[in-house]
Amino acid sequence: MEANRDKSPSHPPRGKGALRRACGRVPLLGWLLAILCAVLLEHYLGKALADLLGLRKIPVLLGVVTILKKPLLMPKTVLFVFLIYALPIGLTARLIREPANWLAERLMRMPVLIPAAVHLAILYAILHIWGDVSAYRVLTLKLTLIAVMLTLSLNVINGYMGEFSCSHPGFMALGAYATSVFTVGLFATDKIFGPALLPEALGVYLFPVALFLGGMVAALGALVIAIPSFRTRGDYLAIISLAFLFIVKSMIENLEFVGGPRGLSSQPDYASLPMVFSACALCVWIINNFVRSTIGKALNAVRDDEMAADAMTVNTRRTKMVAFMFAAFWAGVAGGLFAHVLRYVNPATFGIQKLAEVLAMVYFGGLNSVYGSIVGAVSLSMLSEALRPLEIFKWIIIPLLLILVMIFRPTGLIAFKEFDGRRLMQPRNRPDNEV
Amino acid sequence: MVFFLQNIINALQWGSFYAMIALGYSMVYSILMLFNFAHGDIFMVGAYIGFGVATGLVTLSATGFIALPGWVILVLTILLSMFLTSFVGMIVERVGYRPLRDAPRASAAITGLMIGIILETGNLALMGARRVSFPPLIESVTYNIGGVFVTNKKILIVVVSLAFMLALHLFVQRTRYGMAMRAMAFDFVVVPLMGVPVNTIARLTFAIGSALAAVAGILFGLAYPVLDPYMGIVFGWKAFVAAILGGRGSIMGATLAGFLLGFIEIFVAMIFPSTLRDLIAYSIILLILVFRPHGFFGEPYSARLRL
Repeated sequence: MEANRDKSPSHPPRGKGALRRACGRVPLLGWLLAILCAVLLEHYLGKALADLLGLRKIPVLLGVVTILKKPLLMPKTVLFVFLIYALPIGLTARLIREPANWLAERLMRMPVLIPAAVHLAILYAILHIWGDVSAYRVLTLKLTLIAVMLTLSLNVINGYMGEFSCSHPGFMALGAYATSVFTVGLFATDKIFGPALLPEALGVYLFPVALFLGGMVAALGALVIAIPSFRTRGDYLAIISLAFLFIVKSMIENLEFVGGPRGLSSQPDYASLPMVFSACALCVWIINNFVRSTIGKALNAVRDDEMAADAMTVNTRRTKMVAFMFAAFWAGVAGGLFAHVLRYVNPATFGIQKLAEVLAMVYFGGLNSVYGSIVGAVSLSMLSEALRPLEIFKWIIIPLLLILVMIFRPTGLIAFKEFDGRRLMQPRNRPDNEV
Repeated sequence: MVFFLQNIINALQWGSFYAMIALGYSMVYSILMLFNFAHGDIFMVGAYIGFGVATGLVTLSATGFIALPGWVILVLTILLSMFLTSFVGMIVERVGYRPLRDAPRASAAITGLMIGIILETGNLALMGARRVSFPPLIESVTYNIGGVFVTNKKILIVVVSLAFMLALHLFVQRTRYGMAMRAMAFDFVVVPLMGVPVNTIARLTFAIGSALAAVAGILFGLAYPVLDPYMGIVFGWKAFVAAILGGRGSIMGATLAGFLLGFIEIFVAMIFPSTLRDLIAYSIILLILVFRPHGFFGEPYSARLRL
């Protein structure tokens, strides 16, 4: 994740610093391998080093939490982070620069799926080993990955299509409840739905089906917004979507068979880290292809000038409908995962607060950009976890940060930028490897 | 029938809160084409400022230094809180909206949301999580008119809010500043060239909207004397819905839609179980917007109004 945010491949290193020059030509593969080394180091030596330094346990989120909780431990924590992360990553990346470039070049000559799979596998290994240290890290990772899915899907509507949709928590709720009803009803013994109907061993394999169903329910719900969007745009559509959110929330509160306002619990523990990770990777891949396809361009055309797009043979109705249903589908899948990560949902989760959170991630990261959504979701969810010791002042710092971003970069940090996986994975040893 | 009349009175009271808050949204919208998403929280801040002023005045008169009757305290509270809250509105405008006037409109919506969160959290940090209760400034008297129970507070709330709406209407229609506002709502590009000071008018609009929100907050505190930092969220978003439903930027529309929303909510709760209130109320709104996509008094979608 750190590597994703690193300097873009197309520019030669501009910085004056020696550090930048030394690390400039390391390909993504090199960074990933270096981070893998660091997390392995932490996995095997972290506990010993923490004991040696007199820290009670391994600092959870790069030491920020520890520093904020106990400022006195700051030197030790910084030293720990430096010894475990910064130094090994820097050294390894520098040392394996040439082999990594060679490997990246060999990989890129194969069909693109192979290097992509290799990169994803290393990324997963990093997350898995990093998360192995504590259950808290795993939970944070899962929620972050879900936030990435949500942000991306909202960006399809708010960024690529240029509407201001407020209904995303509603879609999420539909997905969460549909998926939960499916799994709880079939595979879990529960006081609302009675004993499990199918053997529990089958559940893990049918969980993707449940997620798909949840997504489809959310996509059907999106029709309620997609059809009015033919005639109206902008603020009125924002209100229609807001009304939709309230309606969904209120409807679930009144449905007794899913627990009403008390919520629905005892979801089986199916949303493991590999499951969430693969759903998220699939989501990024599909949404990235979607927005770069003809229909993605049609979305931009509708955003920039609906009438002109219509005149240029863009079927605006179909485009809007597809975009809404597509985005809602992924929001529903994310909701289903969310329900199974927390193993409890209640309607109050999917309210205005959630809406503000997702909107903030989209606009912080950047409109019209897959890159931006990933950066926005990851940085805001990590930040809100890291600032947890500040208690309520967290909710003054994060909004202030967002206001500053909006003032100085009104479309977000990384807006209007294409996410090109092929380019990301290129070797970096030639200064001008772009076309 | 009596039951029905009783609910009409309740709906009038409930609707006047919505209408007063919706006016603030609508005024800002008509001039800057932006929604002030912090408005619901300005309502909350107004209620708290009113609480502070009222408590201060009550304590002052209890010491016997200047003994003030309850209604004088109420009038003073309303005026002082309007004055103080209008500064909150002006600060919000300066910090969150003026730097973003040329930015995409959605970005300004995000700053508004974030300022709202800051106001809530700031309040929580200052006042703590406990709820505060608004001092009962006037004695509650209940009149029985043919079986319909009307309290003097309800009458007061409806009358005061109608009076403020009328005053706003006169201000916008009859004064030079009001004329400047209407001109800016009509054309944001040319009117500044004619010598209308854009920033002053924008600040004034925020100040007036916030002052109205403060009045709504105090009246709310009189009727339901428990304040908490998150009270602005529910009210703010519902009033926002009312402002849009009335037709964006239309003061008349916002007032009517505010009352309509109050009526819908009260009558839905009267006929159906009250848990279904939001479900049915918003379904009605959704239907209205499907068939009248521009609200009651709004102009149809045009290129100028894109997000």
